[in-house]
Amino acid sequence: MTVPMFAPENDPGSSFMQLLKATGIDPFGQAAGDLEVPHGTTCVALRFVDGVVIAGDRRATAGHLIRSKNMDKVVQADEFSGVAISGAAGPAVEMIKLFQLQLEHYEKMEGHPLSLEGKANQLSFMIRNNLPAAMQGLAVLPLFAGFEPRDGTGHIWDFDMTGGRYEEREFVAIGSGSLHAGTVIKVGWRSTLDSSAAVALACRALWEAAEADSATGGPDLLRGIYPVVATITSNGWVSVPDADLEVTFRAIEDEVKTR
Amino acid sequence: MSMPFYVPPEQMMKDRADFARKGISRGRALIAAQCAEGILIVAENPSKTLRKISEIYDRIAFAGVGKYNEFDQLRMLGVRQADLTGFQYARRDVEARSLVNQYAQAIGHEFTSGAKPLEVEILVAEVGDEQSGDRLFHITYDGTVLDEHRFSVIGGDAEAVLARITENAPSDESLRATLRSAVAALAGAERTLGSADIEVALLARAGRRRRFERLTVDNVADLLA
Repeated sequence: MTVPMFAPENDPGSSFMQLLKATGIDPFGQAAGDLEVPHGTTCVALRFVDGVVIAGDRRATAGHLIRSKNMDKVVQADEFSGVAISGAAGPAVEMIKLFQLQLEHYEKMEGHPLSLEGKANQLSFMIRNNLPAAMQGLAVLPLFAGFEPRDGTGHIWDFDMTGGRYEEREFVAIGSGSLHAGTVIKVGWRSTLDSSAAVALACRALWEAAEADSATGGPDLLRGIYPVVATITSNGWVSVPDADLEVTFRAIEDEVKTR
Repeated sequence: MSMPFYVPPEQMMKDRADFARKGISRGRALIAAQCAEGILIVAENPSKTLRKISEIYDRIAFAGVGKYNEFDQLRMLGVRQADLTGFQYARRDVEARSLVNQYAQAIGHEFTSGAKPLEVEILVAEVGDEQSGDRLFHITYDGTVLDEHRFSVIGGDAEAVLARITENAPSDESLRATLRSAVAALAGAERTLGSADIEVALLARAGRRRRFERLTVDNVADLLA
């Protein structure tokens, strides 16, 4: 392989996606229709006083079968942002990988990171690029959450299939269990939520979604597989450890028993 | 029909080498040194925005001296090449050695057949888990690759700076001692360099995936105090 050199008119600048196109590696291929591919489901994000919480269950389904018990649908995008996905697992994982690389590539090329809104905009381009595949059933619908050090607050976005980008003020829920998860958060959300209350609310939302939706996985206490939950604040991305999640879900269990 | 003058290849290479050397010797020197904490890179650079040292990949850093626009082009080339390799294969498949070969090809080609040779020297450093795994590659204006150990110095007056740091080697392998020696070697006997006159970066031996970190002016001032 030779080093990638470009004439000024073809120079891809700091965009990793343009670089891939210019070197002939286009990640957005055409897909065949009606494939029975694994799908990822419920993810939520909500704002609290210091930033945002982002959380998602671990189940991937293919039709009526459970394809995976421990898929990571919520991943760190860079130091101050994270992305969660619902939709066809294959293209979604590829999209996240590309998105993470794009943020890092930009930061290295330019010497400073993108603004949070710039990152959300990049993701919306990627979803739009995936539209042909989405029309054939391989839709990927992410949510994006992060902390903007420049204004000191957290922000969350959800997207539609055409790349439409909508910033939400309180919370976002996506995926097949989003109706149930979203309702739980809607009822419990307060502008004064602190970090631990926000984490508890996100766990509660996933619990209720898992109870009502077959494609959403609950906490697997037997194998110690818990949803991925993380906070993003001025300290950056911090995953909530499984030990803490176990305590939270045991508390929910105990509360359910007393109903 | 006009006949071009015959220039013997020896003469042509010598002229080109002299031209490149002259451009490089105008700039200030830069030192990379292995230490316990990783690989420390120190450059004399009063600018806080035009960087001489930068990140290429998880464990790989780049430093250049000479003409800014030329080594910055090479830096971007390296970031692109590394990110493409990491995307197509795996992150651990990105190695300094292969990147250095490609740099050598590109710079060597420019030296022999370009309109003018590049007036730059670059350094590609890769940090290992142990000091024995560290790599310091020095690539000269004609594409020659030197695999160096302990210290690597590039830029104007490089030989004198290297002699100073070898003679006055750090008292131990700590980051603090190494930084002090490096700054003293860059400054020489007649001058002193403060934390605002230098650019310092560390490729950390342990820690997060991306090992490259810049040391802030306050950070450097603390270490030099």
